[in-house]
Amino acid sequence: MPEAILTLDGVHTHIGPYHILHGVDLSVPEGGVAMLLGRNGAGKTTTLRTIMGLWKASRGAVRFRGKDITSLDTPAISRKGIAFVPEDMGIFTDLTVAENMTLAATRGAPDKRRLDWICDLFPPIRTFWESSAGTLSGGQKQMLSVARAIIEPRDLILIDEPTKGLAPAIIKSMTGALKQLKETETTIVLVEQNFAMARALGDTVAVMDDGRIIHAGDMAALAADAALQERLMGLSLEAHQ
Amino acid sequence: MSDTAIRPRIEQAGLADRLTAALPILLVPMLALLGFAAIGDATTWLTLTVAGLAMGLMIFVMASGLTVVFGLMDVINFGHGAFVSVGAFVGFTALAWMGGWTASPSVVLNLAAVFLAICAAALVTGAMGYAFERVIVMPVYGHHLKQILVTMGGLIVTQQLIHVIWGPDAIHLARPETLRGSVIVAGAAIEKYRIMAVGIGLALFLAMRYVLRSTRIGLLVRAGVENGEMVEALGYRIKRLFLMVFIAGSALAGLGGVMWGLYQETITAHMGSEILVLVFIVVIIGGLGSVEGCFIGALLVGLLSNYTAFLAPKIALVSTIGLMVVILMWRPQGLFPVVKAK
Repeated sequence: MPEAILTLDGVHTHIGPYHILHGVDLSVPEGGVAMLLGRNGAGKTTTLRTIMGLWKASRGAVRFRGKDITSLDTPAISRKGIAFVPEDMGIFTDLTVAENMTLAATRGAPDKRRLDWICDLFPPIRTFWESSAGTLSGGQKQMLSVARAIIEPRDLILIDEPTKGLAPAIIKSMTGALKQLKETETTIVLVEQNFAMARALGDTVAVMDDGRIIHAGDMAALAADAALQERLMGLSLEAHQ
Repeated sequence: MSDTAIRPRIEQAGLADRLTAALPILLVPMLALLGFAAIGDATTWLTLTVAGLAMGLMIFVMASGLTVVFGLMDVINFGHGAFVSVGAFVGFTALAWMGGWTASPSVVLNLAAVFLAICAAALVTGAMGYAFERVIVMPVYGHHLKQILVTMGGLIVTQQLIHVIWGPDAIHLARPETLRGSVIVAGAAIEKYRIMAVGIGLALFLAMRYVLRSTRIGLLVRAGVENGEMVEALGYRIKRLFLMVFIAGSALAGLGGVMWGLYQETITAHMGSEILVLVFIVVIIGGLGSVEGCFIGALLVGLLSNYTAFLAPKIALVSTIGLMVVILMWRPQGLFPVVKAK
């Protein structure tokens, strides 16, 4: 088992009066894709936002490469090499695709070769380079959101439901692109409801319920065990191909 | 190309769509044409139109900072008028120090005096904006009601401080020698100062547009207006950007205060709070957070105020509020709504 790049130890998060995370323990190994599954409202998005410092952990610790990042603010966490693709994609619709990408390259002008690679992964980025991001379709916005997160090499990418509301053809494209991204050995934490995608991409899996991790292990083992799926999520992966 | 390629569908906007998008911009020439039809006399119309543009551009200078502050920081700053008043009084003091230059018949010396007075006002109100944001605004981020109360409190305190420093009476602010009087253009008498105000206003608008459209800081401001959280997630410290924008907005208000003071030729501690009504109307008409909208809104308000003051003085005061009501009925979020991710 590779060394953990990210660990959460007993993380609790409150949003206003609501206690959302109830002691999340999570270990994400370096390289590969760690899936975060669970029903709606299980706390998956809150977990990603807590890692990014967008919501502060009220108790517990978030460690990145062994260093405690719990008290850091979001820009500092981002500059440690963690990128975030939020559920709503976070696209700046008033800006062009080019401006969205330029802004994400915090170390200066984007590297030309890397940009070419990204445009090969997501061809609409090249096609609509000078267009307003607000005019893109939902799938193209999602591609831009992921492309923006990888405009510079990152150690860890947190992606929240990248296939939500997308057409099957776009989901297939997105899955292919994330597979290629996975080959670069970037670590990805992926929240996903699409089980076919989860099985195709995931190396490890953590299942959440009621703000806690209720199962952690290999994705392949979970995918092969319908009874376990039924017990953990009340669903069978086979039923969601 | 990889096998992940999807074929994009490119749709060209139709003429009707493009016209609808351009309609807010076309409102200004449409209003000018309407004014021409109502006034009937070309020379009177030209005089009123230049006066309206000058007034509008001065309001734009004062309002542009407020709209960006609201868009980026979600702060309702009723204290913005304080920077207008302080700017006017600092400009008055600076011009008084340069009495020799302002009384000189030299255009260069007169313009230099106005330029230095504007710089002094912007510098002082920029510094005041820094203190205002740190002491008054920062503790109430995210609380609109508290923002209204404390920024109004800040405005009242500043007005009283102006009384302490410059006295409670209205002060006559004389224009420099060569900016007095009018020039005749196509038979219409146009005040020299108004021509200068149009020039400064347009230059500032173009400069702001350049900064917002062509620089990284501008990109960050535009992105921050839409989704500040995502800007932070990309690694930028938006709080520093907030502060910078607040200082710039305050400096612009101070600059506008000098221009407005020279336009009215009388300054009082309350001039900022008086003009704030028009400033808020312009910001709301334009769409909260939109500089382009603020520009168009300011021109509309300036032109309409001057036309109605000539045609029907009794309704001049309510005409701008009527304009706001009509525009909000047509576009409830203003002419150029800024989409915010909340």
